[in-house]
Amino acid sequence: MGPMSELETPVVDRPSAEADTTTDVPWIVLVWNDPINLMSYVVWVFQKLFGYSREKATDLMLDVHHKGRAVVSNGTREQAELDVFRLHEHGLWATMQKDE
Amino acid sequence: MGLWRRFGARVRRSRGGYEVHISDEERELVAQLIPQLRDLLVATGGDASADPTVRRLFPTAYPDDPDRDTEYHTLMRDDLLARHLEQLDILEQSTGADRLTEEELHAWIGAVNDLRLVLGTRLDVSEEDTGDDLDEASPDQVPLAVYHYLGHLLGELVDAASS
Repeated sequence: MGPMSELETPVVDRPSAEADTTTDVPWIVLVWNDPINLMSYVVWVFQKLFGYSREKATDLMLDVHHKGRAVVSNGTREQAELDVFRLHEHGLWATMQKDE
Repeated sequence: MGLWRRFGARVRRSRGGYEVHISDEERELVAQLIPQLRDLLVATGGDASADPTVRRLFPTAYPDDPDRDTEYHTLMRDDLLARHLEQLDILEQSTGADRLTEEELHAWIGAVNDLRLVLGTRLDVSEEDTGDDLDEASPDQVPLAVYHYLGHLLGELVDAASS
């Protein structure tokens, strides 16, 4: 074998499962149904904020409408808080909780 | 969603922006509503406990954790308030415009939605309120009519943004 190539892919250290911080606990973002927001507006917001297709955004909106709420995104606490903030900026009633 | 709808649309995409063909009366109505909402937002400072009619603009983030929710609001309230005020400013500056940029259209959408949210909260509307059976004797008749008009306008703005 010749010398190691400088282009060889380095091994990535994955964080240990035991290295727990609350930020690593997955959080989910929910959007709740309300009697005011237009369906077309909610679909537009989901597309705008999350890049969902119109079909997926419509399905999510219908879930919110018929079931009372739907999970629209998930991630770390920071990511979820940012999503909640952006949804609040658009007048949607979004909350977050740990995914348990 | 064919071409026929686009030709008839009062708000439509055109040459890199959007054309807005709404009446002067509508523009005047919207212009009158803006300072009322601005005053309310500034007076409450983004604190829905000061006036529950703005609660839809500053909702709960952590329903299970009041301490974290307070922390969230303390951190984010000013930014959220600034965003709502900025949208109102852009709407106010462009209520007379025949053409809008994409940024302006998005501000119109956000600001009209905010107006609608606050008005709807004040009127305690339900999903069944369609506006088809407005009771002429009711003192809510005019604000309800405005509320339903804003919904119609918002629908047109969103259709154009989605086209």
